[in-house]
Amino acid sequence: MTKNEQAAKARKRKHAIMITLLIIVFILFILPFILVLINVFKDQADITANPLALIGEHGFTTKNFPEAMRKMDFLNVFKNSLIITTCATILTILVSAMASFVIVRNGKWKACAILFALMIASMVIPFQVLMVPLVSVYGGVFGILNHRWLLILLHTGFSVSMATFMFHGAIHSNIPLELEEAALIDGCSRWQTFWKIVFPLLKPTIATVAIIDAMAFWNDYLLPSLVLTDKELYTIPIATQAFYGTYSTDIGLVMAALLLAMLPILILYLFLQKYIVAGVTSGAVKG
Amino acid sequence: MQRNTMAYKSRQFLTFAGPALILFCMTIIVPFIYGLYLTFTSWDGVSAEKPFVGVANYVSAFKDAYFWAAVGRTIIYSIFAVILVNLVAFLLAYMVTSGVRGQNFFRAGFFIPNLIGGIVLGYVWKFVFNRAFVAIGNKITGGETPSLLSTTGGAMFCLILVSVWQYAGYMMLIYVAGFMSVSDSLKEAAMIDGCTPSQAMRNVTIPLMRTSFTTCIFLSITRCFVVYDVNLSLTKGEPFFSSVMAAMHVYNKAFTYKDYGTGQAEALILFIICAIIGITQVYVSKKGEVEA
Repeated sequence: MTKNEQAAKARKRKHAIMITLLIIVFILFILPFILVLINVFKDQADITANPLALIGEHGFTTKNFPEAMRKMDFLNVFKNSLIITTCATILTILVSAMASFVIVRNGKWKACAILFALMIASMVIPFQVLMVPLVSVYGGVFGILNHRWLLILLHTGFSVSMATFMFHGAIHSNIPLELEEAALIDGCSRWQTFWKIVFPLLKPTIATVAIIDAMAFWNDYLLPSLVLTDKELYTIPIATQAFYGTYSTDIGLVMAALLLAMLPILILYLFLQKYIVAGVTSGAVKG
Repeated sequence: MQRNTMAYKSRQFLTFAGPALILFCMTIIVPFIYGLYLTFTSWDGVSAEKPFVGVANYVSAFKDAYFWAAVGRTIIYSIFAVILVNLVAFLLAYMVTSGVRGQNFFRAGFFIPNLIGGIVLGYVWKFVFNRAFVAIGNKITGGETPSLLSTTGGAMFCLILVSVWQYAGYMMLIYVAGFMSVSDSLKEAAMIDGCTPSQAMRNVTIPLMRTSFTTCIFLSITRCFVVYDVNLSLTKGEPFFSSVMAAMHVYNKAFTYKDYGTGQAEALILFIICAIIGITQVYVSKKGEVEA
């Protein structure tokens, strides 16, 4: 056997070991989801008797779903989450891209420098420091809790720093100044230059910001739970929490509710996983 | 066109940065300053009056044994969680960049827990611990096994386990990016110079990945330190308050016991501890970074 063959054989063995390991870890990783999936089709007695059996003694049932959907008001809750996530994500992208444009191109202006420095510094503030004053100001002083648009604005406010920072980097290193100057000479105002030239060129960063923020808004629990106390306005995480509080003993229903709560984003992931993985990576590495 | 006048500058600034500025102020700046003010009052959350009490809230925060117990617990939890998250993430990243078949599939798969919010994940695992693991335990021992979540040490262990599971996939992606940024030619050069693969890993790849380590450790520390969602759904602080983390304590202090002033003072202390740890860590690890 030549040296090369030996090396190839060693590499093959190494790969085989790694694949086995990866498969084992992968199964452990998705085991909780599999357990939910097999128990969601059983009735309460079967789950209690044996949560590990593939099919319960009383057979396969789908009755948990309609009941959980009704009790959780799933369609309404899903709609709320969708509206809030979509609006907040779009708003974050628009206001952050605009702000970063003036900050990059006029970095010497005092207002720009101060705003940017404050934004960077604010990123280390944990939400716990702001939650009491937020409730106190918007609940106590203004009395405007329980409005969807307030949550949308607050979501945007919390994510604007990070998003501005990312757009700042993108404009700074990827958008040539000559392009803007050319547009200016051709008679574009700054406003037109931004929307017609700069903004379209920011597409990759827009995608990254959209993915990161949409996931954060969709899954956020604490802020929405403080702002929205009206059952009609609940988002998926709040509804899940409330549902568990009320029906935790009916484990079949809980399984269905949990699966429903996970399903939308898992389905989305099935189609967009390449973009989501790429977006999250570039967001984390730059941030 | 006057490009240097104050009027032009402010109009430009306000047109582009105005919306961001307003939102940033209304969610971060105003509440932050107002929060500072609240720590000097004894507001009960209902009345319009906010009596001024000086530093009394800070005194009671420093005397609050439950708060410091929660902070201590959070530090222990964070140490274990951060080390394990990064260890698991690094090993996973190593395996999914080694050129094995289906590595993209595995990358996408390990990331799945990050897609789902902490509340839902906590309840999923609560089911696993309370039902599935108990069933397995019963089968092995033949008797009644208690759930890990109902024992004081166990709840903490569960919380760490779930956090590792939750964050490892995300940190893995950052380490993957780190592995990919180290060019193969450097590793090959080291091997030609007589390094074994593990030496090349230790002396070439890992030092060049310092940035990834800095990012991952920073992200995992700052996330673990204010863990709340999973804490709430998985253990709810039980049994006997043995798994109440700092963030949950602050929440309960303010919103459950209506002691807003002390709660806010404790939140501020938490923020300062968190900021000191985070900044020290970034400073220390930045110092050791090398470039190829």
